[in-house]
Amino acid sequence: MTRRTDFDRHGLSDEQLRSILRNMLMQRGLENRGFQLNRQGKIPFASASEGHEAVQAGAAMAFERGKDILVPYYRDLGLALGIGLTPYEVLLSLFARAADHSGGRQFLHHYASRRLGVQTISSVIAAQLPHAVGAAYALKLRGESGRAVLTTFGDGATSEGEWHESINFAAVHQLPIVFLCENNEWAISTPQRMQMAIKDIYRKAEGYGIPGAGVDGFDPIACYAAARDALNRARDGGGPTLLEAKCYRFLAHSTDDDDSAYRSREEVAERRKDDPVPKFERVLVGAGVMTPSAVEEMRTSILAEINDATDRAETMPYPRSDDLYAQVYGASYNPWQ
Amino acid sequence: MAIAAPSKVMTNVEAVRATLYDALKRDDRVLILGEDVGNRGNVFLITKGFIEEFGAERVIDTPIAEASIVGVAVGMAMEGLRPIAEIQFADFIYPAFNQIVGEAAKIRYRSNGEYTCPMVIRTPYGGGVRGALSHSISVEALFYHVPGLKIVAPSTPRDIKGLLNTAIEDPDPVMFLEHKRTYRLIKDEVPDEYFTIPLGKANVLKEGSALTVVSYGLNAHQALEAAQRLEGEGLSVEVIDLRSIRPMDRKAILDSLRKTHKLLVIHEDNKFGGIGAEISAMVAEEALFELDAPIRRLCGPDVPAMGYALPLEEEFMISTDRMAEVMREMVKY
Repeated sequence: MTRRTDFDRHGLSDEQLRSILRNMLMQRGLENRGFQLNRQGKIPFASASEGHEAVQAGAAMAFERGKDILVPYYRDLGLALGIGLTPYEVLLSLFARAADHSGGRQFLHHYASRRLGVQTISSVIAAQLPHAVGAAYALKLRGESGRAVLTTFGDGATSEGEWHESINFAAVHQLPIVFLCENNEWAISTPQRMQMAIKDIYRKAEGYGIPGAGVDGFDPIACYAAARDALNRARDGGGPTLLEAKCYRFLAHSTDDDDSAYRSREEVAERRKDDPVPKFERVLVGAGVMTPSAVEEMRTSILAEINDATDRAETMPYPRSDDLYAQVYGASYNPWQ
Repeated sequence: MAIAAPSKVMTNVEAVRATLYDALKRDDRVLILGEDVGNRGNVFLITKGFIEEFGAERVIDTPIAEASIVGVAVGMAMEGLRPIAEIQFADFIYPAFNQIVGEAAKIRYRSNGEYTCPMVIRTPYGGGVRGALSHSISVEALFYHVPGLKIVAPSTPRDIKGLLNTAIEDPDPVMFLEHKRTYRLIKDEVPDEYFTIPLGKANVLKEGSALTVVSYGLNAHQALEAAQRLEGEGLSVEVIDLRSIRPMDRKAILDSLRKTHKLLVIHEDNKFGGIGAEISAMVAEEALFELDAPIRRLCGPDVPAMGYALPLEEEFMISTDRMAEVMREMVKY
């Protein structure tokens, strides 16, 4: 196989590079499946992170399974897949089955698994950030060096008070945490310029006395390198970092949103030209890491895996109506004793 | 002859301090975070000296940001610590509302038990201390509607120790409400040894046969005093201190009502949608025909808060005289 040299792989092996592409293709495939199931009337709701594949697959490669803690937001399928979530678990969540992490209570993409090290989140913007800081505080208090917290959010989250409070708290205590902003330029219908008067979110880091860095969110290797450096600094006691991966949201906010109401088709089409998924395919093929036919085989195997996961998850039972009453408290409980 | 267990006389505020101290000493997972809890040792000096003994890592002076005081504690609790978050005054709890109601209360439920949130949120509440609009609020009714939370409002040093120990050991988030006026006003014997009092168990402060009075916090002490006065008039009033607001002790209320057949609920928090509303509804559902008189509620008025000026504070607070007057009316009804 011929190998080109004009390709900075930041130490990633061929296997890791292929795994990143597989993650990106899997994200797209699973999200496409969500939309199909929604159109078929089988699930009430779907959403996607199309445009976020590179940052999520790249950053996930820097996450150390079994050690690090992930506190994501609700548009982080690729991060979850990258740290070990299976397509079957995703489908259980889409179908709201009893075996889902939340027992079928939560929307899709609200994971909670100690096995994976991913904390439970709500859909309230930036509400998970103080939790990530608390987790990082626990790691530091217990002297568990070599472990770090990775937490993520969108550009709109930076408007929330808890965003500021969390970064400030983490900076004061020099906690082992990386704040990764997936800036897709849109908070549902509100563009970045209506959320803030600056262009580069990572520059806010200076106001907190921590390092900040911007990275091309369409380049998974650059995102991996930025996340790896920041996570290593956190693990080594170097404190928090604010990263901003500039990406784009290609689709509407969710199946309940029509983005043509607030942004032109031309804008979206223009940004599609930089779609990170075909772009990374070309990078790997161009570098000789994969052949075009190997990419096709990967696609085929992903689709087979998604089909299998869909079939298995769909046959699983819903939670029982009695489950509504479970897990309110640690012991059986009635407000009137 | 029984030998009394060793005990000390303490005020309410000293009981909070002693119990927190023991918890920090006993359990490495316990830590305290809040505004001015470290160097200053809390604005009521509850944690004075703790930072020297336990270190700034476990007695954390936080930035002035209530949402993250609670939110950071939620994250600590999910990762195995036992945080005690302090909101300096209950009036400052509003910025943390989402973290308490939207997050802490739902961690276990939304993760199907994969994660839990064993934490305590302590806060001084209540008036009668010239605290004006923003240092005198009662907040219990804002939170007792929320499944996933537990709420305690003890009135005596012994109950503070027993219930705070329970709250710290509880596997779910507990709000621990301390009435400021009782901090140095109330003094009593507290056993030296470790003990717990279960949540949801009321305490009968005084037995009586002609009227049941249900209260908590500062008002419970006043209700007891009023009932003792009426005893001198030959009127027999039973006084129940709820201690725990969620869960609440239905059995204690109904057992008493089946004896007295009359119910008065007293709380400083305003009446509309308050704790007394829930108690009244429960009694109407479960024991309507036990009642020989309409239920009455003696509560704070429906105004935004008590004022700074003494007449405005006095008008808001329920006087012991007023309690005695209403009790008298009800016994004679």
